Amino acid sequence: MEKILTRWLDIPDLRRIEVYEAHDGYKALRKALTEMTPEQIINEVKASNLRGRGGAAFPTGVKWSFIPKESKKPVYMCCNADESEPGTFCNRYELENDPHGIIEGILITCRAVNAHVAYIYFRGEFTVQKRVFDAALAEARARGYVGPDVMGSGFAVEIYTHRGAGAYVCGEESALLESLEGKRGYPRNRPPFPAIQGAFGCPTVVNNVETMHNVPHIIARGADWYRSIGPEKSPGPKIFCLSGHINKPGIYELPMGFPLKDLIYEVGGGITDGRKLKGVIPGGSSFPVFTAEEAVKVNMDFDSVRAAGSLMGTAGVMVMHDGTCMVDVLRTVAHFYHHESCGQCTPCREGTGWIEKLLIELEAGRGRMEDLDTLISAATNMEGNTICVLADSLSMPVKSFVPKFKDEFIEHVRLGRCPFRDSEPRPVQMPEVTADA
Amino acid sequence: MPKVTIDGKQLDAPDGINLIDAAERAGIEVPHYCYHPGLTIAGNCRMCLVEVEKMPKLQIACNTRVAEGMVVQTRSDRVKQAQAAVLEFLLINHPIDCPVCDQAGECKLQDYYMDYDDRPSRFPLGRKNRKGKAIDIGSGVMLDQERCILCARCTRFFDEVTHTSELAIFGRGDHNVVDTYPGAKVDNQYAGNVVDICPVGALTEKEFRFRKRVWYLDRTPSICGGCERGCSIDIHHQRGRIYRFKPRYNPEVNGYWMCDEGRHGFPALQGESRLIAPLVQAKDRMAPEGWTAAIRRAAETITECRDLNGAASIGAIAGAQATNEEAFALKRLITSTIGSKHLSGFSWSPMAASADDKLLIRANKNPNSEGLRALGLAADGIDRLAAAVASGELKVLIALRADLAGALGEAEFGRRFGALDYLIVLDTDVNETAQMANQVLPIAAYPELDGSFTNFQGRVQRIHRAFDPPGEALAATEVIARLGHAIDGVTRPGAAEAVFAEMAASEPAFRGLSIEALSPHGALLANRSA
Repeated sequence: MEKILTRWLDIPDLRRIEVYEAHDGYKALRKALTEMTPEQIINEVKASNLRGRGGAAFPTGVKWSFIPKESKKPVYMCCNADESEPGTFCNRYELENDPHGIIEGILITCRAVNAHVAYIYFRGEFTVQKRVFDAALAEARARGYVGPDVMGSGFAVEIYTHRGAGAYVCGEESALLESLEGKRGYPRNRPPFPAIQGAFGCPTVVNNVETMHNVPHIIARGADWYRSIGPEKSPGPKIFCLSGHINKPGIYELPMGFPLKDLIYEVGGGITDGRKLKGVIPGGSSFPVFTAEEAVKVNMDFDSVRAAGSLMGTAGVMVMHDGTCMVDVLRTVAHFYHHESCGQCTPCREGTGWIEKLLIELEAGRGRMEDLDTLISAATNMEGNTICVLADSLSMPVKSFVPKFKDEFIEHVRLGRCPFRDSEPRPVQMPEVTADA
Repeated sequence: MPKVTIDGKQLDAPDGINLIDAAERAGIEVPHYCYHPGLTIAGNCRMCLVEVEKMPKLQIACNTRVAEGMVVQTRSDRVKQAQAAVLEFLLINHPIDCPVCDQAGECKLQDYYMDYDDRPSRFPLGRKNRKGKAIDIGSGVMLDQERCILCARCTRFFDEVTHTSELAIFGRGDHNVVDTYPGAKVDNQYAGNVVDICPVGALTEKEFRFRKRVWYLDRTPSICGGCERGCSIDIHHQRGRIYRFKPRYNPEVNGYWMCDEGRHGFPALQGESRLIAPLVQAKDRMAPEGWTAAIRRAAETITECRDLNGAASIGAIAGAQATNEEAFALKRLITSTIGSKHLSGFSWSPMAASADDKLLIRANKNPNSEGLRALGLAADGIDRLAAAVASGELKVLIALRADLAGALGEAEFGRRFGALDYLIVLDTDVNETAQMANQVLPIAAYPELDGSFTNFQGRVQRIHRAFDPPGEALAATEVIARLGHAIDGVTRPGAAEAVFAEMAASEPAFRGLSIEALSPHGALLANRSA
């Protein structure tokens, strides 16, 4: 398949503006500014069926159309580069290797929603990515593509880069906006939605890096071309992040709807050490796990993965072989969400810690049979009852790991130890209780 | 007014109110922790989850505005399960130290647990997260981070009401703690309010804690006498002792809040210096005597002096601590019963007192300056009285709640009022003026009184008698009525309600007011508009 988002693999130095322009770079922006009205840009993106790549898969054009047309307040565009879902690492490569592709997407989006200021919010660890992006931004500014008169069109856009302070929850769009405003990264209650009251109380559109990366290609080549890649309702190129017990981990650009089986066994070169597949988390650690039997039947697009009982999320595909202790995997997942819960809502603040503590005990062989029910009921009670979906992001794995690998959980209780480890129960550290734990 | 149905009850709810307030109008309680009507919506406790028809997820009632045709269930099985779940989550890391917690009895965690959860714990005690306890964060507030449910009411209060942001939430997840910034303490005139709005035992008042279990306390609605704002309060008391003041909601005066100066003003009302019997000067000391003798002595002194020197030889001064009824009764005694024109108000605040601020505090530390002004007892009359004393015209002075010597200083008092033949003091405490009086008549402090104060906005507000005055002390209106009767034989009412009725009938500023109509938020004087 033609590489679209990962062109840099075939084009050396694509991050430099002259190379980018030599390969049709910024032509889509010129087209959007000179040949299209904002309405037409939105309609083209709507027609492309592009769905947000940040995990929620919301139709991008529809999201843009929520921005008030005659807003008395300024409209802001915010690009979400807080890539932090475990198992997800495509945005960092896009930012490092094709920053102009993202800048161009941001500029076209600004034109579509009539925003004159855009922010890009990098996760705290993205120091290199921000440096590369800042350099590209300076190149684009020098050519007049960013600034008071973009390409001589009279349309003004300024782009500001901002680095977060290392909280997973700041990838949630409203927490990101709070953080951008200099506040503690707490997700906001909705309504009001960001399209009405986002950054600094003004209408704001928040889009993921990869979503922005798709936009210039849609504008340049049209919605019909875009829809022809992958399934009609969930089309386009997608960068899959393959990790875990796989021979060739990495990022792979493939059409939406690519079979998970082929992703693992063909593209990924199969399971390490010639072992058997045990389970796959298809979309980043927040989503239900597939057993090996389920995994090999699934096609990787938003609707197919949903129909199979999980979510494609950020397409962070984590592969586990048959020597993996699923109790320990779930404990690790729980540790992450416990550590990253902002602590604002009661069910998430308390539930994530409770679940991790139960799993620590189970993995250490100190669990009780009734803990399995407690896990499910605590997860159920967290679900859907909080401001953001971080609680659901632990609830979903718990509610899939426990029933799908129930025998393994029971075995831990029955044996009084982890069957995948040595025969002695191992000492387990309780999580630290200091505030900075 | 959208029509909404809550648990089958239909009501017209005012536009823009949320489902907690709408349900309350229908007599339905939606349990909540983080929501407070005086603060912005936080939506973090998740206790107020309700089921709204046509919405797939449960909604937080605090952040859901009423809409036409909305159908809400607050007690469905789904809601009950969510409420029980939230309580279980809240209690996971809670220390459950109720037996030694001062909040017990007024703790929403206790109350809601009994009402909405009431199940044994599934979480072993030993695994609870430990945090800081009994931290003195300043301004008389004690913090227990383990009991805290992180509802952020306190942080929002300092962010949104006082705009001082002394408290913040630090850490993340279940290691979150409310705390002050490193090295800083709370130093805030309104800090006591965070204790009031803390729904659990995380913030307690240093002065009050461990003094009294709250279920023993009686509550009497009143007005803070600390300044001319006149914040609505509840007096919490038992057996004639005040244990604390709590602000009472009054949208016209103080909202939900009160200042710490007012809050901590009650010890002065029940100090060691309270007068418990009428006193008379006898050979270098003050000797107690009975009311009958005291009233007769005062009446005879006044009558003899009037007969000898004319009515103008008698005068009175009312401090702005006096109630409207007391000031009116005194005015009538002087102008009508005795027939003198020597009458003044007296409004004095200590030099070091706090100045006006943007929230509640007023520099004038008297609760009733405006009431005295409305009755024609202007505070500037004191110079006229002093002149009348100097000229030898004024010989007998009745000082009601007016500690002239304390305010002017002993030397100045002596210079201006030293020539008086006879000084009768009606007051609560042995103050400097009382020590120079010929006669002292003990009266009730305002928590022991029915009556009213008029605040600086001209709002007449009701106070209620919480308990009886100490010893032989009487309401000043009663003392003045007895004195009047002893002078001219006319029986006048001494009860505040009756005095108020007469005041409303004869004083233009109070026309049309009735004491019953003052509760709960007061009423403006006749010539005032809001």
